[in-house]
Amino acid sequence: MLQEESDLALIIAQIVQKLKGSNLYAQLERQAWASLQRPEIKLESLKEDIKEFFKISGWEKKLQNAVYSELNVFPLPSHPAAPPEHLKEPLVYMRKAQGSWEKRILKSLNSMCTELSIPLARKRPVGEQKELLNKWNEMGTDEPDLSLFRPVYAPKDFLEVLINLRNPNYENGDSHSFRTHLGLIQVPLKVKDIPELKEFFVELGLTAGQLGIDDSTQVPPELFENEHVRIGQKVLSEQDSAAAQQYIRQGSPTALRAELWALILNISSQPEDILYYEQLKTNVIQHDLLVDSLIYKDVKLTASNDDYYFVFEDYLYQVLLCFSRDTSVLGHFAYNSASPPKSYIRGKLGLEEYAVFYPPNGVIPFHGFSMYVAPLCFLYHEPSKLYQIFREMYVRFFFRLHSISSHPSGIVSLCLLFETLLQTYLPQLFYHLREIGAQPLRISFKWMVRAFSGYLATDQLLLLWDRILGYNSLEILAVLAAAVFAFRAVNLMEVTSLAAAEAVLADLSTLKVMPLLQIFLFATVT
Amino acid sequence: MRNYTIGGPDAQEEATGKQSDIRIMAGKVKWVTDIEKSVLINNFEKRGWVQVTENEDWNFYWMSVQTIRNVFSVETGYRLSDDQIVNHFPNHYELTRKDLMVKNIKRYRKELEKEGSPLAEKDESGKYLYLDFVPVTYMLPADYNLFVEEFRKSPSSTWIMKPCGKAQGKGIFLINKLSQIKKWSRDSKTSSFMTQSTKEAYVISLYINNPLLIGGRKFDLRLYVLVSTYRPLRCYMYKLGFCRFCTVKYTPSTSELDNMFVHLTNVAIQKHGEDYNHIHGGKWTVHNLRLYLESTRGKEVTSRLFDEIHWIIVQSLKAVAPVMNNDKHCFECYGYDIIIDDKLKPWLIEVNASPSLTSSTANDRILKYNLINDTLNIAVPNGEIPDCKWNKSPPKEVLGNYEILYDEELAQGDGADRELRSRPGQSLGPRGGRSRDSGRTVLTTWK
Repeated sequence: MLQEESDLALIIAQIVQKLKGSNLYAQLERQAWASLQRPEIKLESLKEDIKEFFKISGWEKKLQNAVYSELNVFPLPSHPAAPPEHLKEPLVYMRKAQGSWEKRILKSLNSMCTELSIPLARKRPVGEQKELLNKWNEMGTDEPDLSLFRPVYAPKDFLEVLINLRNPNYENGDSHSFRTHLGLIQVPLKVKDIPELKEFFVELGLTAGQLGIDDSTQVPPELFENEHVRIGQKVLSEQDSAAAQQYIRQGSPTALRAELWALILNISSQPEDILYYEQLKTNVIQHDLLVDSLIYKDVKLTASNDDYYFVFEDYLYQVLLCFSRDTSVLGHFAYNSASPPKSYIRGKLGLEEYAVFYPPNGVIPFHGFSMYVAPLCFLYHEPSKLYQIFREMYVRFFFRLHSISSHPSGIVSLCLLFETLLQTYLPQLFYHLREIGAQPLRISFKWMVRAFSGYLATDQLLLLWDRILGYNSLEILAVLAAAVFAFRAVNLMEVTSLAAAEAVLADLSTLKVMPLLQIFLFATVT
Repeated sequence: MRNYTIGGPDAQEEATGKQSDIRIMAGKVKWVTDIEKSVLINNFEKRGWVQVTENEDWNFYWMSVQTIRNVFSVETGYRLSDDQIVNHFPNHYELTRKDLMVKNIKRYRKELEKEGSPLAEKDESGKYLYLDFVPVTYMLPADYNLFVEEFRKSPSSTWIMKPCGKAQGKGIFLINKLSQIKKWSRDSKTSSFMTQSTKEAYVISLYINNPLLIGGRKFDLRLYVLVSTYRPLRCYMYKLGFCRFCTVKYTPSTSELDNMFVHLTNVAIQKHGEDYNHIHGGKWTVHNLRLYLESTRGKEVTSRLFDEIHWIIVQSLKAVAPVMNNDKHCFECYGYDIIIDDKLKPWLIEVNASPSLTSSTANDRILKYNLINDTLNIAVPNGEIPDCKWNKSPPKEVLGNYEILYDEELAQGDGADRELRSRPGQSLGPRGGRSRDSGRTVLTTWK
């Protein structure tokens, strides 16, 4: 009991400390001072009256949302004496692996730099600045020559690193038993099995209504959809983050989605936010970074060719170029196993006073990175709002998909979850694919790293991301990947090569995610 | 185990009376076309139809618009027999020529006004409330003076000049000064009684310079509408329409009036642009458009927009129905071009009798193949030799990706007063031409 209390006290202290520096705190203070003018605030009961005022005016709700947001994003401290690295990643071997992976990426970036003799960063001449400002809304045209640039790494390079991960304290022994894990990932992390997943995803069960299933044309809307929409509107009018998160587990109506996501992510477009975005834009205009070319190349290779997202090409530049310069993103490295790469001012290698993070936000984009932003363009067409939403999605979820950690939503755990589900519940399929040299993870890895963006039809993708937000977890990606394999199992059993297996699973654009998930979790005999 | 009956093999065949036997005895559909497109030919072949030439006995002729003119012209005296079907109405140009379409719609509106129909209601400034879906248009050189009067009222407006008989964006240009079209005024002074040769006739319409932009780009909608008969009007809307995007950002700036890549969405034009992409072809499905609009603008306004689009298509068909030669040997699949402005109002730009069957991307090919497939399923029931005396009422199972847009017979059969009492877009409940089982995808919520 005592331990719980002191844990709680620690958490509260941490949150208070975090929020004290935030804009919300300043606003609340201002509101409190302003409320003293009001007749209902009496000196004798000052504290209660102000609290009551906050409750009625909706400020308490805002504070509640902010606290809820902090709880969602920041991991709970395991022990007050734990060093900060433990918050990033508690397991030493994982930290080491992440460290060496980062070294490799940086080396690759630096060598590209030297090869092409392009500086990592340079200030733009005034003429160029003017030109870029004019072109800001159509950076997709007139692209520079990108033929010499290559992406720093692609998902399959990352997969090779994960395959070679080993826990030095864990000895598997040479003998194979039915417990041996037959997949590519060979680290002992705890992942959920189907009974645990059923409990975790209880709202996706067969007895609950779902958007993505119960809103199809054959189902009369009175049965579920109308009521669900009504509740959604109520949640929005209450502006309650936690309620929104619970609500969205059953899917979001298309018309309410933009607002619901903003509420869950606790994004409200304040003038300060718009100003901040404009500031980032100015940074882009003034300085050119090497990563800009990488971003350009990535967009041209992926989103520009995509049937759904090509329309929004210009928005992607506007978001990603600013994102690279946003130093507030550095904050998320406190709980990310990765660390921002350091670069040194020319000639001052090794001198800490001349070290800067490169890129300024510490995130080096890889092949397919722009696909994290693309689906959001269907919801937000105002650049600064789009930017904020993306940034928050990144620091809450997406970063876990390309850093090595033991977190249950980290890519390593997702891979292991996927393989375990397949091996346990579709053993014949798994064994067959393995025999023909088509390890399932080799095919599903790219789906999970991109959170299925670019593989599913947009409306289905948005329904999937609804659930990511609702459950504050990426595990659903692994479950969906397994469900897709289960769905195409019959065809997959007949293939005899990796290429043929890839072909069976090449086109996911016709899949409906919610029925697949429901059948896999709740309707298959386990 | 064979059934032995007295009478030999023939009698045995009759005795078993299998469906396939009857079909073999009835013969295969003989088809002709003068349009060499694989999406067509593959569809004919997959039905086991037999290709013939136009001089032989054919049942189905998918013809180009030049050919239909010859078939139905007075000189040739061609008579189609009961088992022959063609894919155009004889005087389709009443709808598909830009000037005649506008003429017919104007006439239709005046008629409704004369009979006091609530559809023809106008607002305070004299604009039709429900029938204002074609931009202000004049024929040149005939209406030149009328046009000048209108132009002078708002001299900063932009107008678009389109040749009446051309397609694919050919010959189209924008003007914002009277001097740019002086040559049509000269002609009008001299030729009041001469029939204008169709090659020189132009229409000039008020240019919609505030189109709805997505990703900063202008786009238009291409929707396919199948008409099996005009009287009673029975038409179907293909669910898989698409948006065609310009490759260049839109700007209403006068310096870019000559840049066709900014203003004209025709694929024939855009595909020559520097940034044209052959993978997606600058096309979006209507489904994507709907998702985007619902997410960013809300469900009600999006539903209202789509209701309005269906409304204007049906009104345009009703406008030409009285003058259309409702030949029972004919059906037609039109390509409707619609532009949405930034107030989410749809405008009918034109109707194409021969929508392009060229495929610009892989998805395109699949779409057009399925379009022809579903069209043939409705126009030539069961893939059997047609009998044009049939009632043209296909069962709902064969509709494929088509949905009933409007069925006049069904609408009238429901009894009640046909006049519209509420605005388009408001649901009157399950009335009108909605197919019975469509559950909630109601295309027409009015009669």
